[in-house]
Order: sequence, then C-alpha cells, then structure tokens
Amino acid sequence: MTWQILLIESVYFLAAALFILGLKKMSSPVTARGGIIWAGVGMTLATLITFLTPNLGNVGLIIIAIMIGALPAWWLALRVAMTDMPQMIALYNGMGGGAAASIAAVELIKGSSHSLTVQTLAVLGALIGSISFSGSIIAFAKLQGLMKRSVIFSNQQILNLILFLVTLGLGAYVIYLGSSASITLIMVFFGVALVFGILMTLPIGGADMPVVISLYNALTGLAVAFEGFVLGNAAMIIAGTVVGSAGTLLTQLMARAMNRPVSNVLFSGFGAKGGQEATGDSVEGNLKPIDATDAAIMMAYAEQVVIIPGYGMAVAQAQHKVWELTKTLIDRGVRVKFAIHPVAGRMPGHMNVLLAEAGVPYDIISDLEEINEEFEQTDVTIVIGANDVVNPAARKNPESPIYGMPILNADKSKNIVVIKRGRGTGFSGIENDLFYADNTRMLYGDGQKMAAELLQAVEEL
Amino acid sequence: MMTITGFIALYIFMLAAFTGYEIISRVPVILHTPLMSGSNFVHGIVLVGAMVALGHAETDLEKTIGFIGVVLATGNAVGGYFVTERMLEMFKSNKGGAK
Repeated sequence: MTWQILLIESVYFLAAALFILGLKKMSSPVTARGGIIWAGVGMTLATLITFLTPNLGNVGLIIIAIMIGALPAWWLALRVAMTDMPQMIALYNGMGGGAAASIAAVELIKGSSHSLTVQTLAVLGALIGSISFSGSIIAFAKLQGLMKRSVIFSNQQILNLILFLVTLGLGAYVIYLGSSASITLIMVFFGVALVFGILMTLPIGGADMPVVISLYNALTGLAVAFEGFVLGNAAMIIAGTVVGSAGTLLTQLMARAMNRPVSNVLFSGFGAKGGQEATGDSVEGNLKPIDATDAAIMMAYAEQVVIIPGYGMAVAQAQHKVWELTKTLIDRGVRVKFAIHPVAGRMPGHMNVLLAEAGVPYDIISDLEEINEEFEQTDVTIVIGANDVVNPAARKNPESPIYGMPILNADKSKNIVVIKRGRGTGFSGIENDLFYADNTRMLYGDGQKMAAELLQAVEEL
Repeated sequence: MMTITGFIALYIFMLAAFTGYEIISRVPVILHTPLMSGSNFVHGIVLVGAMVALGHAETDLEKTIGFIGVVLATGNAVGGYFVTERMLEMFKSNKGGAK
C-alpha cells in the first residue's frame, strides 16, 4: 500500500465511523443536531481525500460537476418551506439513486473484466438505483402537486409485473454477457429499469408517499452499497448498508403507524377500491356551520381544549397564529394540548417539526396514546386541517379503506370544531363521519384567517 | 484501491445491516422524518464513488455519464445535509421557546 492509499482508506474508515455515530446521535432529540454535523464532517473529509485517488483523471470535470450539483441543491434546501421538506427528501434521494446507477453504467460500459459476483452486484445496483431515481422523481412531482395524485389504468399490475420481469431478464443477460455486453443493450436495460420505476410509483396515492419515499431511501442505500462492492470502496458499502437496513426498518415503522402493510402500499391504488363504497353509504346527518365568535366563546370558557393540527394547517401557514391563540387561552386558564397523530403532516414527525418551528413547547404536545384517554374529559377539540386521522370510520366501518388505522378519538370529546376550507374530502379522498356528528361544528375558512379571527374573538371577551 | 474479497465483503454487509437496524430500533416517532432525511444524506457518500467513476472514465460516453453521476451525487449530499440541518435546528430550545 502506498501512503496515498493508506491515507485514503484511513479517512474512509473514519468517515464510516462518523456516519454511524452521527445517525446514532440523530436518533435522540437531545443530540440530534450534533449528529448531522458529525456525518457532515465525515462526508467532507471523504470527498476531499478522494481527490488523492491514484490515476484520477478529469479532475477539472469533477470539480465543475460538484459545483453544478452543489449550488442549486444548497440554494433550494435553504429556501424551501418546512412544509415542502418531504418532497425535497424525495428529490435528493432520487439523485443519490441516479448517481449509483451512473456509477454502474460507467463500470458496465467500460466492460472491465469483473468477476461474476461483481458484475451481478453492479447490475443489481444499477437496477435498484434506476428504480429509486425515477420513482423518487415521480414521488417528488406528486407531492409538489405537479402531477395528478394517482394514475390507475386497467391491467396496470400485470403490465408492471411483465415490465419487471423484462428488466430482470435484461439484467441477467447483461450479467451473462459480462464484458462483451454491447452499449446498446446496457442502455436499453437502464431505460427499461427507469420506466419501471415510473410505472411502479404512478398508482400510489399521495397519503402513502412517505412510506414510498422511505422505501426508495432504503433502496438507494442498498444500491450505493452494491456499487461500493464494485468499486472496492468500504465507506460506500458500510454507509449504504446501514442506510439500507435503517431505511427498511423505518419504512416498516411508518407503514405500521398507518396500519398498512408495505406490500399493500405498493400494490394497490389507495382509495381506488374501497373509496367509492365508503362515500355513499356511511354518512348520515348534516354539516353544521359555526362562526368564529361562537367557537371562541366555547374555547374561552372550556376547561380543556385539544388542538389537532393536520397538514392543512401547515399549508395555510397557520401554526404561528394557532400558537398565539393557544397562549391567549392558556393565559385565561384554559388547559390546552396539541394532539399529534403519528402520520400527521406528510411523514411521521413532520408535524412536530412544524410546531417546533412555530415555537410550541414540547410538553404540551401529546402523541396518540397519551391523548386518546383524555378526549372524554375534553370540552372542545379543534381539528384544523386534519381529516383522515380523526375519521371514526377507522374504528367503526370495516368497509372503509382506512379501517384499522389508529386514529385520534376526537369524536369522544364533548364538542368538536372543525376548521376546514371547504366541503371536500381529505388527502385520501374518504368521506369523514366526524364532520356529520351531532357535537361537531364546521368553521369554514382558510386556517390562518380563522385562527386569527378566533384569536381576536377570544381577546375581545 | 483496496480489494475486498467475497466473504469479507459479506461480513461487512451483515454487520453494517445489523448496525443500521439497531440504530433505528428505538427511535421516537418525532424523529422519523429527520432521521430519514439524515440517512438520505448519509447515502450521499455515493459521491466518492461517482468521483472515482468519472476520474477513471475514458470515452466521451463514460465521461458524460460519470459527470451526471457526480452532479446527482453532490445534489444528494449537499441538499440532504442542509435539509436535515434545518429540520434538526427546530429541536434546539423547545422549553419555553416562545418568540
């Protein structure tokens, strides 16, 4: 080993250790901030030391490519709104998958005489990386609202299955041919894999996107690990594998929080089958509107108020006004709590981030188990921009597509006020029985505007 | 580069897989999103591979694909870092944290 290689390998070793320690720190709220910095140091060191790689050509091109990649990513990441974080993760994750696929493409086109194992891993990494790349881009487009929520056509699953088998077949053929595989064949293989990633993601509905993004995140990790084997790069193998397994577990945890097995998410268009049935039959009663002044009186003279925020609140940028309202109520002696559903927002924990941004302290935020016992002693529950997570159909109606999902039992509190922009259904497209309940009042309007009106009304009392 | 042969590679793979599983297994729900973002950043290490691939590319086609690879990988690493950093910044002073 020359001193260069020894130095490079040592730094890669250090980087791998920093990644693992960083992720470990990120798994606790107290140390989380330090965690990302450790991982960042590891990444910077590993990148810099790579320039010392023996026989590294095209250094100018590498530097230009890094600048082109870094500047827009940095600019966007700092400016994007907190509510749009999930799609940014999808986008950056897709880029990682694409990069892994690119490495595989270069290696395969070069046709360097790899062993069968290495050739297989290169092809597998290429396949997974390509799917993760195009799939993540679709996920990004869906969450960004650039695209209709889900595209479902007849025989879709059969088409996808055939396409998947074709992709596998082409991959196997590339492995079989080894270094004599033609560039055209390799390109066709990549093309089909990319198309498969798109078609696989198209039918999946918006509500399931977090699970899908998490899955693609794990897949990208795996692809990176495989390409790490191909290049003989231990840092890539370790970091990629750690992300692959951590991401797989995270995907399962998220799916469990929504009570939907991962296979269910991937292979059925959500709400497509059960959705129509549930809309017609189960809803009884009327929507009863209320105005802000009356709602404010209810809240101001309550003993306990629970606020259930959903993604709608975040979209309306209402969290700051809601927090002001909360403070005013607390000053009047009302006990106020926030109830967060595990999948409130677009991803588990997303809502906590958004509330923290508004300055809401941790100790008045409760999770599902804690708060569900308290709804019966709650005078007023305010549902703002949330829908499916308070739908009692998940408890009562076995026909409903969300049946069995743990929900916040808002319907058990004495009064419910739902702040909602219009009469439409939620993200999943399912009608909500709660809105028709006798003790529910609808406060129609934009979340931020209504929160401001409530605040003003409470202050005037 | 260092050669990592069959079984050694398999051992690395297995141990790293257990490590990843252990890290995540006792994580509170509130950290799921930041952690996903953080792990998204960590696989940005693909950048070093992409650099090596471009650095050893010879034909124009190889260079083009390698170039795209480095651009994408940098986006993953840089974007992943700042998104995670911003998210975790929210967790710093929550007690009494009114503005």
